[in-house]
Amino acid sequence: MVTSITNFGRSGLYDWMMQRVTAVVLMAYTVFIIGYLLFSSDLTYAQWSALFENTFMRLFTLLAILSMAAHAWIGLWSVSTDYIKPTGIRFVFQSVCGLLAFVYVVWGIQILWGL
Amino acid sequence: MQSQAGFDAASDLLSNSFLAKLIMWGFVSALLYHFVAGIKHLIMDLGHCEELESGKLAAKVTLIVAGVLVLLAGVWIW
Repeated sequence: MVTSITNFGRSGLYDWMMQRVTAVVLMAYTVFIIGYLLFSSDLTYAQWSALFENTFMRLFTLLAILSMAAHAWIGLWSVSTDYIKPTGIRFVFQSVCGLLAFVYVVWGIQILWGL
Repeated sequence: MQSQAGFDAASDLLSNSFLAKLIMWGFVSALLYHFVAGIKHLIMDLGHCEELESGKLAAKVTLIVAGVLVLLAGVWIW
């Protein structure tokens, strides 16, 4: 049995489930943000920054960022294992994806809670 | 974007720069299509639209809905 070490979870089923769970989280977040932007005509800086002062919004945004990292990792891992057959190149691709995911998560936390 | 200036710069860029709007529309369109196709996949995971005819229909509906949303996004951005 091929044991894969670069996938997200311990088993393919775990990845499958996480893909769906994170998708639902991201769907909720997308609907919320689009709704918010649609119904707030001529958005001001004060209003926008106040939204992200709210702890619930920060936690929801963090949940969305983490979900996006996991969702993107699982998705791109599936793509890379389908299409990038040479191991070396695939490993580099996955490393870059991992690095980008890390950068986005750290950057997001800095934006939400940083000074 | 820690300041009013940042916010103004961003909103100014997005309301006046053609390229910024085009790029924004591109990303939003990709997201909208992924969003609609994702919903289709979740529906399929629940056991629907798995035969040839229903699957084909679901695919067509996905394309149409995504297309409409992309146009609406275009109107919204421009």
